[in-house]
Amino acid sequence: MKKLDSSGALTPHDNQGPTRGRNSGESDMTSLLHPTRRGLLLAGGAGLLTAALPGHVAAQGAPIKIGFQLHRTGIGAAYGRWYERTAQAALKAINDGGGIAGRPVELLFEDDATDPKRGAEVVDKLTQSDGCDVVMGTLFSHVVMGSAPRAGELKVPYLVCSEGYHVASGALNRWTLQPGITDVRSQIQAMAPWVSANLGKKVAMVFPDYAFGYDHRDFFTAAIAAQGGEVVAQIAIPPTETTFTRYFPQIPAGTEVIYHVMVGPAVLTFVKELGEFYGSGAKPQLFGFIDSLEAVDTATPGLEFLEGSHFWEAHPRVKPADAGEHEAAYRAAVGVDDNGASVSDPADVATYSHMFSTWETLFFLKQAMEAAGYTGPADRQKLVEAMEAIGDMPYGIERPQGAKVFNGKTHQVFGTQNISQIQGGKLVRVHQTSMADGAYDDAVDYTTMAF
Amino acid sequence: MTGGGVTGGGVKVWVLHLALLAVLFSAQFWLSPYHATNLVRIMVLAVFAMGYNLAFGYTGLLSLGHALLLAAGMYAAGLPAQLWGWSAGPAFIAGVAGGGLMAAAVGLLALRTAGVSFMIVTLMFAQAGFLTLLYFAPITGGDDGFALANASRRIFGFDLSADTPRFLAAFVIFALGLLASLALVRSPFGRSMVAMRENEERSRMLGYNPFMVKLAALACSGLYAGAAGAAYALLFGYAGASFATIQYSILPMLYVLLGGAGTTLGPFLGALVMFALIEAASGLTSAYFFLVGAALVALVLFAPKGILGTIRERWVRWLP
Repeated sequence: MKKLDSSGALTPHDNQGPTRGRNSGESDMTSLLHPTRRGLLLAGGAGLLTAALPGHVAAQGAPIKIGFQLHRTGIGAAYGRWYERTAQAALKAINDGGGIAGRPVELLFEDDATDPKRGAEVVDKLTQSDGCDVVMGTLFSHVVMGSAPRAGELKVPYLVCSEGYHVASGALNRWTLQPGITDVRSQIQAMAPWVSANLGKKVAMVFPDYAFGYDHRDFFTAAIAAQGGEVVAQIAIPPTETTFTRYFPQIPAGTEVIYHVMVGPAVLTFVKELGEFYGSGAKPQLFGFIDSLEAVDTATPGLEFLEGSHFWEAHPRVKPADAGEHEAAYRAAVGVDDNGASVSDPADVATYSHMFSTWETLFFLKQAMEAAGYTGPADRQKLVEAMEAIGDMPYGIERPQGAKVFNGKTHQVFGTQNISQIQGGKLVRVHQTSMADGAYDDAVDYTTMAF
Repeated sequence: MTGGGVTGGGVKVWVLHLALLAVLFSAQFWLSPYHATNLVRIMVLAVFAMGYNLAFGYTGLLSLGHALLLAAGMYAAGLPAQLWGWSAGPAFIAGVAGGGLMAAAVGLLALRTAGVSFMIVTLMFAQAGFLTLLYFAPITGGDDGFALANASRRIFGFDLSADTPRFLAAFVIFALGLLASLALVRSPFGRSMVAMRENEERSRMLGYNPFMVKLAALACSGLYAGAAGAAYALLFGYAGASFATIQYSILPMLYVLLGGAGTTLGPFLGALVMFALIEAASGLTSAYFFLVGAALVALVLFAPKGILGTIRERWVRWLP
């Protein structure tokens, strides 16, 4: 066996073979040139064994390559930084646990500059140039929309971590799935019962005047009406606006709740000006989405007006006292402290309500690849079918945000949501929704579409 | 600067351009599918840049609003395909017309200004166009945009989402654009465009109407931008408002400056080199835009007339 090893005959994929052959000197070379009968028999037997199990032997050594479309630069960079860290942590956990079906896993990150055109190019590069088995990780909806057609053309599974409603709406294709995070429609809808029961039924909405804002406007307006409440004002703010005071008089006098989803740097000005508008007098309850404050410290000077207000969170940034048993291990693996900031820099606040999606997507992929018996790109269709067959996914270290249900028809996963209140500058979870709160009728059945 | 270049050279000029086209056509056979697809992107971007070159390189109109023209073509092709199921042929024609009409409409107003004012006015029009796309999100898809159905991406029975038809379609658009731009700049009208750039007052004294010449040049530029926008939508299956942002007004300018303003092949060379730079630099460092920026600074310092502009000035005087 030793001789065969050194000649490389038994382990064709072991790249140490030739090196060891060279180092072991003349005797090995002589045995190769003048093999004994026993040596020939052994070599022949080994050859037969290799021929009989070609896929199996190759699979043992060859890593599964996962392309990660990363917002390393551009508007999504703060999210991208944490997506990369979380995915790396999940990768380590998976490889430490034996990889996927016994094969090691590699992640290849490629920056898409948070741009749809570059996004499509990155899908191309990861798939055709780098030879990745699947592509994953995209957050911003417009990059997903720009990249998904190319993934469909290349017939490569494309697993997005975006929370957009684009997948479940039916706008994309059979190769695009969102298995790691609940979509925004479901998130918004799940908020309505608690908001109407605890904060008020007359809601004024303030939202950015483009697609992200319209999702909130349309889905929340319908959801609060179903709870017997009503939206008394819809105030759309142009994305170029830098000051907001002139919009506040549009908030009707009887408003009980202000629902706000401003994003980007403008949110600090928005909050400060809203505080000045109401002063120390009576004010409506405030309810917002944490998207406004992802990667922002809630104790930042200027945000004092948010004290006591409520936010949607997918995954509570500040570790709740009753957090699940896997929460601590997940935080430790990613490098996040109990306040939701980097363990090495308390000022580096995580995008905690989104980044878990990369972790959960990688474990979803592992589950699907193992179920499909995935061996290489030729099995990609089988892999998508295996994903579509996944339904209930219980809480565990694979899903630190919580249990999920994957809907194979709409290619969308659903989970529970949280509502947190800012108390003493920190987010404290006060409510967790049920999955039923965010359920809606299927808008598409991707399984009936051709590959 | 370009007088000899625009008109001289004769047969050599046509041989050079046809040789480039022959090499590009053959590239589908010897490039990997990955690089061939990137070449499709480069050809589409080069069409956009060729249009920009007609306005900026030849006529001296420094526009910061060409993203609007690109988006006009993209949506004029993409929306009928999306809403009414138009196939790729009519959609492409609508896209070209959309770009040209938008350029003419903007030109009617913006060409009342010149120089820095023209830059600002075109920038404002482009920003207004971008916000309009966001405002009408229920139709345009807003910032998310929309993916085109495969049924709309067919022409003469060929599926433009497949590698070979897509390459051929991009090649035909590029080849027609390149030869038309060569013919245009070597025509009497092309010389009047250069006259506007070099000395508008003198050309007015000679009896030209600068406003009309510039308007026509801008409209031609818009046809190219429209063709590029429509081609992108139909060849890659996506239309989105990000193509109407300032970035896409700056990009064709960079391609043209890099390749050589006022040279017919400069836009293609600029798009090719820039694409290759980003591709190579992104493999080396996450700060790849820094490397690209450093390369551009070096270009401005050592070859301010761009690659082909410098080559023409020093060695190949007949280059158009």
